Amino acid sequence: MTMAATLPVTAPVVTARKGGPLRAVSSFLYRRSTLYLLLLLTPPLLWFGVVYLGSLLALLSQSFYTFDDFTMGVTPDFTLANYKALFTDAANYDIVLRTLGMAACVSIASAILAFPIAYYMARYATGWRKGFFYVAVMLPMWASYIVKVYSWTVILAKGGIVYWMIGKLGLTHALEAVLALPVVGGNSLSTSNLGRFLVFTYIWLPFMILPIQASIERIPANLLQASADLGARPQQTFRTVILPLAIPGVVAGSIFTFSLTLGDFIIPQLVGPSGLFIGTMVYTMQGSIGNIPMAAAFTVVPVVIIGVYLAIAKRLGAFDAL
Amino acid sequence: MTTTAVQFTNVSRHYGTVKAVDDVSITIADGEFFSMLGPSGSGKTTCLRLIAGFEQPTSGSILIHGKEAAGLPPYERDVNTVFQDYALFPHMNILDNVAYGLMVKGVGKKERYKEAEAALGMVALGDFGGRTPGQMSGGQRQRVALARALVNRPRVLLLDEPLGALDLKLREQMQTELKTLQRKLGITFIYVTHDQGEALSMSDRVAVFNKGKIEQVDSPRNLYTKPATPFVADFVGTSNVIEGELAQVITGAAQAFSVRPEHIHFAQPASADHLGTQGTLIDVHYHGATSRFEIKAATGQLLAVTISNRDAEDPTLPRPGDAVALSWARQAMVPLSAGTR
Repeated sequence: MTMAATLPVTAPVVTARKGGPLRAVSSFLYRRSTLYLLLLLTPPLLWFGVVYLGSLLALLSQSFYTFDDFTMGVTPDFTLANYKALFTDAANYDIVLRTLGMAACVSIASAILAFPIAYYMARYATGWRKGFFYVAVMLPMWASYIVKVYSWTVILAKGGIVYWMIGKLGLTHALEAVLALPVVGGNSLSTSNLGRFLVFTYIWLPFMILPIQASIERIPANLLQASADLGARPQQTFRTVILPLAIPGVVAGSIFTFSLTLGDFIIPQLVGPSGLFIGTMVYTMQGSIGNIPMAAAFTVVPVVIIGVYLAIAKRLGAFDAL
Repeated sequence: MTTTAVQFTNVSRHYGTVKAVDDVSITIADGEFFSMLGPSGSGKTTCLRLIAGFEQPTSGSILIHGKEAAGLPPYERDVNTVFQDYALFPHMNILDNVAYGLMVKGVGKKERYKEAEAALGMVALGDFGGRTPGQMSGGQRQRVALARALVNRPRVLLLDEPLGALDLKLREQMQTELKTLQRKLGITFIYVTHDQGEALSMSDRVAVFNKGKIEQVDSPRNLYTKPATPFVADFVGTSNVIEGELAQVITGAAQAFSVRPEHIHFAQPASADHLGTQGTLIDVHYHGATSRFEIKAATGQLLAVTISNRDAEDPTLPRPGDAVALSWARQAMVPLSAGTR
């Protein structure tokens, strides 16, 4: 007995469905694909243009406003005085250099620390190990930033765990010698530039690991095989294939570590010696003094620095592999 | 005297319980164009990777020019590979890609660029050195990959389905070029492919792989005319593999044999030198130069007959539904052993 004979005879399964108003709209949009795209993109583009970039431009324009020292009021009169002060006032100049130096050191140290971890995650870790490393890298990011920085002040303080461990290892003299160095050192680890550097590097490390990991993971395995096949020893393959192809990830990561350090105003207040950073300067100008134009002028500095940095990186071919 | 380029002795490569390569022994002569042919997952690519050094054998010995290679990393082997998807370095221009092997061996810039230019000239890409891989077509990238391997003057060149991604016309052109190049350079080519036409047209000898084992190693002509096993008969070209009940009916013995579709005619067996059977024509497929007739024998087995289309307008040819008589010469039959079905 065939199947057809057992099936009851019914109406055809496929019928023309009734066209409701929604269906008419979707058919109309399907035919007018440009209009469809426009409708979908307008809200996010408005947000991006007005809220995201617009607010930045508004900030930029405020850096040309005039601040009256006497009345402590801001008037929208065009002036270059803020920028003039930024570059001619030796104290401001110091702030920019101090912040820039720290950002550079933190970025370099993060890259050196992050690369082997990222390399392991991308090329060797599989299964639960990969999951473990992802969580381990991001776990500190889930904890409160303020809590982490405050804990570091305790960790690095005299009588803290770091001092205790160094003492147990019999290296107290070495630490004191390091802290006696001019720029790096200070009274204790928690009030030295070294301590501030450690905390910055700790806080921003995940922002370096993840982009490098992504860039290494994107390198096809057969490129490494081809390199070995052509006679390259592992370290030659690393230098000539892996490193150049991972550089875009390092640059992306360093943009994070660089700009986050340039803009941070909490760590410089809590860890390390006195002396303002760009972030603390903006905070003071805007919060305590109310000199928003000067704060805005200071905010422009990181934007310009990152722009210059990207231009140099592009010139050196960092993005050629993208 | 011919020397041996590559010798496998009882080589196996197992992944857990999967036997990718299972007790394979082959000897490839110096200067030979040797193909490894088989369906995907048959172990041919794993064999190539064992020679290149990307894989290490679970057991057995691999000699490359008399030197034990098992345990040696790829960068200590005198072989080079042309990869299936070319594996060109995206961050280097074409000239640097080709000069790479010389660069890592410490050859000076001037010298290695000269060699690389020459190698690019050999594959007719002399003016393309300044481009990047992204600016090249698939066929051009394929040639660059070839030049990049050949510039190192390897004694053995491994090619892993190098023409797989190219369209038919380009593939045929590259087949001719590869064959010419191999004759000119005189180096051993070991060529992995799943395309039997490619293997037959280029190779001196072909090894047919099936399920990690070698079914037959022979010249292309012998593979086609004297397939040793049902698998080879079926995989190399198309064949009517006749076994069991139908073989019993036709020959009086259960011994399996194969007959090529082009050797069967629509006729009663004319003499004692001819054998045949009857069936019903089911369908006719038009293939341009030939037509393929599908016949169902009395036992239910499907048989194929290929007729050149010069004769296809012949009104005496059967139509679907007709009862037909099939005949073939006794010498067209090839007895088959069991093989690894």
